[in-house]
Amino acid sequence: MTYSPHTDADRERMLEAIGVSSVEDLFADIPAAVRAGSWAIPAPLAEQEVRSELSRLAGRNRLPEVSFLGAGAYRHLVPSVVGEVIGRPEFSTSYTPYQPEVSQGTLQSIYEFQSLICELTGMEVASASHYDGATATAEAALMACRLTRRHRIAISAGVSPDYRRVLETYCSGPGVEVITVPVDLAEGGSGTTDPTAVTEALADDVACFVAAQPNFYGQLEPMPALAEAAHAAGALFVAVVEPTSLAILEAPGEYGADIVTAEGQPLGIPVSFGGPYVGLMAARMASVRQMPGRLVGATRDVQGRKGYVLTLQAREQHIRREKAASNICTNQALMALAATTYLTAVGPEGLREVAELGTTQARHLVGSLEAADVARRRFTGPYFAEVTMSVPDAAGCHAALAQRGIVAGHLPGTDEPALADTLLLATTELTTDEDIDRLVAALEETR
Amino acid sequence: MSYPDDLRYSKEHEWVRVDGSQATIGITSFAADELGDIVFVELPEPGATLAQFATFGVVESVKAVSDLYSPVSGAVTEVNEALRDSPELLNSDPFGEGWIVRVELAETSELDALMDAEAYAAETG
Amino acid sequence: MSVAEAPERRDASGRGAAFSGAAGGEELTIVEPLIFERSRATRRAVRFPTASARARERGAGQPELPASVLRSEAPRLPEVSELDMLRHFNRLAHLNHAIDLGFYPLGSCTMKYNPKVNEWAARLAGLAESHPLDPEALSQGSLELMWLLAELLKEISGFPAVSLQPAAGAHGELTGLLMARAFHRANGEGETRTKVLVPDSAHGTNPATATMVGYETVTIRSNERGGIDLGALRAALGPNVAALMITNPSTLGIFEDQIDQVVAAVRESGAIGYMDGANLNAILGRFRPGEAGFDVMHFNLHKTFSTPHGGGGPGAGPVGVSSRLEPFLPVPLPVLLEGDPEEVRRNAWAGRSTPGARFILDADRPQSIGKVRSFHGNFGMFVRAYTYIRSNGDAGLRRISDDAVLAANYLRMRLHDVYDLPYDRISKHEVVFSGRRQKRQHGVTTLDIAKAILDHGIHPPTIYFPLIVEEALMVEPTETESLETLDHFVGVMRDIAARAESDPESIRRAPTTTPVGRLDEAAAARRPDLRYTFAETGAPEAPPSVPTPAAPTA
Repeated sequence: MTYSPHTDADRERMLEAIGVSSVEDLFADIPAAVRAGSWAIPAPLAEQEVRSELSRLAGRNRLPEVSFLGAGAYRHLVPSVVGEVIGRPEFSTSYTPYQPEVSQGTLQSIYEFQSLICELTGMEVASASHYDGATATAEAALMACRLTRRHRIAISAGVSPDYRRVLETYCSGPGVEVITVPVDLAEGGSGTTDPTAVTEALADDVACFVAAQPNFYGQLEPMPALAEAAHAAGALFVAVVEPTSLAILEAPGEYGADIVTAEGQPLGIPVSFGGPYVGLMAARMASVRQMPGRLVGATRDVQGRKGYVLTLQAREQHIRREKAASNICTNQALMALAATTYLTAVGPEGLREVAELGTTQARHLVGSLEAADVARRRFTGPYFAEVTMSVPDAAGCHAALAQRGIVAGHLPGTDEPALADTLLLATTELTTDEDIDRLVAALEETR
Repeated sequence: MSYPDDLRYSKEHEWVRVDGSQATIGITSFAADELGDIVFVELPEPGATLAQFATFGVVESVKAVSDLYSPVSGAVTEVNEALRDSPELLNSDPFGEGWIVRVELAETSELDALMDAEAYAAETG
Repeated sequence: MSVAEAPERRDASGRGAAFSGAAGGEELTIVEPLIFERSRATRRAVRFPTASARARERGAGQPELPASVLRSEAPRLPEVSELDMLRHFNRLAHLNHAIDLGFYPLGSCTMKYNPKVNEWAARLAGLAESHPLDPEALSQGSLELMWLLAELLKEISGFPAVSLQPAAGAHGELTGLLMARAFHRANGEGETRTKVLVPDSAHGTNPATATMVGYETVTIRSNERGGIDLGALRAALGPNVAALMITNPSTLGIFEDQIDQVVAAVRESGAIGYMDGANLNAILGRFRPGEAGFDVMHFNLHKTFSTPHGGGGPGAGPVGVSSRLEPFLPVPLPVLLEGDPEEVRRNAWAGRSTPGARFILDADRPQSIGKVRSFHGNFGMFVRAYTYIRSNGDAGLRRISDDAVLAANYLRMRLHDVYDLPYDRISKHEVVFSGRRQKRQHGVTTLDIAKAILDHGIHPPTIYFPLIVEEALMVEPTETESLETLDHFVGVMRDIAARAESDPESIRRAPTTTPVGRLDEAAAARRPDLRYTFAETGAPEAPPSVPTPAAPTA
């Protein structure tokens, strides 16, 4: 099967116009020594056959009946209207809006996206999107290096291990040193970054301090104090946030964040085994020229009509080449559109409901687990919609429950040995009372 | 094309106007036209030291970026703050209101390495 | 130009009313208001259930969120009904050109048809609702799909190993150069090899990537035939060069016909050979970079393998590597832990699962450069690309390149008499014309030509790139455009060339049928307006003057 429209007669006509006898002649410029040998690619499939193959693979996955898994990707309701909008071919089968006259749909929607992200984060400018939250965070850290002309980065151990690994990889390029500031992980500890430890870790040549709210373990960090500690050391403060939480949690712009990053997946994007997602980045207007990634701005056309264009492009690789702020080119525009339509569909009330339902069910979950005496909270202090629970033989329980189609969250012990006997459990508005009952009952049975 | 007679010009299309020990620096109308609509000028801080033929800033148009090279050495005494809000002055009045920086001239003999208007016109012709 | 070829100029959407309603000659100040301007307090679309009494009760003993972490004012998200928001986004959609609406010969971007069965597959609940951290036992389908796609990409590229993790082409470049550096470090040459050679025709991402990895870019000039200058390359290679990044076929649409010598020279010097695979669409089954001696290449799944471009992403930029770079691949890597790979492939090609086969994500790779992205990559793009490759199969993949190359050469021959062709050689995926004749003789620039093309319902080619071609017009027709479409484009381009001569002002005025005319990009950059500004709090929420919006089509 192929999507070529050409008949044999068409091909003949083209060959004749070109003045060659066979298509082979058009590949004569490939040196004989390096022409391709044979390959083992299977035969073409008709649509019904390829559907059957993909159904086979989808069927090989076993979707859990009950899941408390989050750890950076969250199952939320994706409103039907979001799928309807991003499924429109005018959005999905267009490309980067290089010709603004026929790309106003994409451009205006990105301008709306930038506006929404600014509003959520309390920041002045937002980029048109990054690959995901982890790469946005790494790019933010490198941006801080350019802004401060410093070459070390400090990051809280409360930021997702995945983000920290990506940051390490990105920083290994220009040789930027990464310092990890510990989190109090002891049983009954705060589960948060200690501002005093931050101050100690921030030698005077650190470009930025990166912390997450809520942090990877679900705990709420003392963000204003962390921002203050960073600023006192002449460093910028980078806040990694969870976007639905911003319906009720203080906007990072209010507590002094200089750059804000987030994984936008919770905003109307399915978990889809890890991608495509959308990285969010917002900052202060004064630093916009060091901001990586595309930006859309409003302007006027020759007749005075309002319109939108890609702007401040001189920061970008296609103009500045080796002096560009980043090499990023393709971003996640369609996923940004999903976030835009999601935030529009739920509105301020809906987003608040999502955040409150998630936290209510988290509290419900903890209360139920503790009442049944199958798990207890690892840390003290407030948490958001994800919580670290101490459970004897957490890995064993996790495996046993998975057999029964129940995913008891994430095992933080895989990355953090101190948390070997803990489960990281996430709740969202999709978590039902029955889900909680089933988890509690299953844990009781494994005891 | 003709250029103001009272200026000296570099091959990198910067001009310098000397007034006593003060030298005013800008880019030529030729450079401004080549770049097109200028949208941003990255200026040095007052007090910065410029070296002859070394970069001291960046000028951006919609679709291009160009380094600025100082035609003379010296310490910056003043930058044209108006360019922060109105970079288009570089297009509309490159030899006047579109000046970029003023420096305390370090070495008058450096001017010998620059062109006069006629030579520059020949260079860009 | 024959009269038969003279195309009618029509509105750019191909749908009449959608655009004429917006543009229609009247002076409208806004084509479609911002969503914020449609907002009315308390209006709603999606609602959520309320928490049960039991949930509140059982959680009552838990610590409250302290006031210090709460925000004082709700974010001012739009408050609209579901129908109003749907109309808003549908109207915006009408302002876009797209592959599904018309020809989109944007050079270097491979704007081919995005098959709909790919979308069907990506939306299968078993795949779309699979969590990246679900236990491996529950994710065998996702892992098998990733493993199979990697196997196919290995066959296509001739590389022995592939990582799917990079999220886009530029991200693949970053991954590739980080691996190159890890390789040199492992060989004790990390400190000495600090330069990356990049031809002057390269995409801007190549030098930008080199900088991100801490390398210095050295530009290698092209020769008069548009290829890399072998002499200049050999002179630049040496013990301080870490890698050559070369796009092949090049951004001129030309196959590097001395590629064997290029690879040999790079290998001999001890550098890593990086092939930018952006233009792989032209050489499927004809040239396999791994087999030819390259060390690393990124694939653009959104170009060659038909995943939709989405208005600028998501893409996916897997990398293939030689055996000497394999230890440095990003983690984790999907691997077949239990089972015979040959049997698993054979079964999968026949649509069968292999009993006992078990896949895992292998993170235990001590020499790995680490992670370049969270989780495993843009999985949804893997599903589409796998579907596409299986649909096309062996014969289909070969036909893609044959037909793409045929189309590009056809356009070259049909247009080279009216537009200059600085490098007149056999084309691969695209052909690069120059508008310099029109500029010099008639004062019509390539930008003007591009804008005139818009009035014919066609997206213009890429312009002013590659940088080594004056007034460049980079045309990539792809294999999925019919001969009628190609002929129509030829007619449009010839018509524009003729009008550039007879009525240049009409070209400089273009476009006239699009929702907006030429936009003031200088003003946008000088005084950036990058977000909606809300009216001052307390001010009455006056309904904004809503002009007649773009009338949706029936």
